[in-house]
Amino acid sequence: MKVYYKTLKDLPREELFAPGHRMCAGCGAAIAMRWITKTIGPNAIIANATGCVEVTTTPYPETAWMHPYIHVAFENSAAVASGVEAAIKALRRKGLWDAGDTKVVVIAGDGGTYDIGLQSLSGMLERRHGVLYILYDNEAYMNTGIQRSGSTPKFSWTTTTPVGTAVRGKIQWKKDIMGIVMAHRVPYAATASISHILDMVNKIKTALEYTSEGPTFLHIFAPCVPGWRYPENKTVEVARLAVETGYFPLYEWDHGKLKLNPPSNAHLDKSKRKPLKEYLKLQGRFAHLTDEEIAELEKELDAYWEYLGKLAQL
Amino acid sequence: MTLPTATELPIGAVVTEPGSTRRNITAGWRALRPVIHDDRCVRCQLCWMYCPEGTIVELKGVFKVGNRTYDTKYEINYDYCKGCGICANECPTKAIEMVPE
Repeated sequence: MKVYYKTLKDLPREELFAPGHRMCAGCGAAIAMRWITKTIGPNAIIANATGCVEVTTTPYPETAWMHPYIHVAFENSAAVASGVEAAIKALRRKGLWDAGDTKVVVIAGDGGTYDIGLQSLSGMLERRHGVLYILYDNEAYMNTGIQRSGSTPKFSWTTTTPVGTAVRGKIQWKKDIMGIVMAHRVPYAATASISHILDMVNKIKTALEYTSEGPTFLHIFAPCVPGWRYPENKTVEVARLAVETGYFPLYEWDHGKLKLNPPSNAHLDKSKRKPLKEYLKLQGRFAHLTDEEIAELEKELDAYWEYLGKLAQL
Repeated sequence: MTLPTATELPIGAVVTEPGSTRRNITAGWRALRPVIHDDRCVRCQLCWMYCPEGTIVELKGVFKVGNRTYDTKYEINYDYCKGCGICANECPTKAIEMVPE
């Protein structure tokens, strides 16, 4: 990651995401969208997958976006962006493109990336289109009523994985999307959290600059107030605890090298991480967890950190 | 609000006016109103950074607060504030207070 913004005073001031959209009060994805649009600047085209952000920002005939914006369907946001990027390339070759260095950015939720849009994302990464793909991860299908997705963590309550005596929330583990993306040997992929804004904007800018080499990917952690069942003023606190407990490590994959970013670079040592319970107890979706279930989640987390540590040594 | 008829709308559901959700005032969503106490504000920018709506407005100029002088001041645009309270929760000096509407 190159450091484009050193201090908070250097952050871009111009607002390119209009208020008045219908996202919930305290929405984590809204913070992410504000900073994505600010950082990519006005010369960019946005392709959006169906999801919370698409539904709430474009209530016809209004839009919160100030960029050229296209939404087609749930599963094909990466394919749409591939087409836009190829069209710009063709027009530039013919000398008909006079808008300069226009970037193409995809914004998709976890449903549109982990489950429904996975094949079009894989196709885009394999064909080496110069597109920045941004995934905002709120860990379920939130706007249709909190159904489980491939991103929902184990033991999490959702409306399709209810909690009872036989089933204790979701049965399966969360999918490792960064592993899937890194396996495509992309130039740049990174995770970021809305609680660590400087880290996030520097990663967005770095990924945007690397699109001249090929596809880049960003995984942004965005807590959801109604789906995760926590008070609406705790959004940033929840996101920060996810990083500090090691639940959501901040790292980047830069041309085949994995690097942990602060504060996660200290977390390879387990004693430096806060107990996972601090993150879980804030959220109603984990309110049913027993101590054994928390221990099981912690064991899996330790195994994940061991895997990350080995990857970082490569 | 009067909506355009079917024949007046552009073809293909294209929205031609950028940022037009500004017409939708979301002040009515709010149950608690954030109030900035300027004497306690240390200009750390955290509320401006973490506001999901971008309703914290940064003003430039010379602002005298007690015996200190600052070059910025933060105000809240109450037209769009949804009253989530992230600003009050993140404020390190507790300069933002949530008061009932």
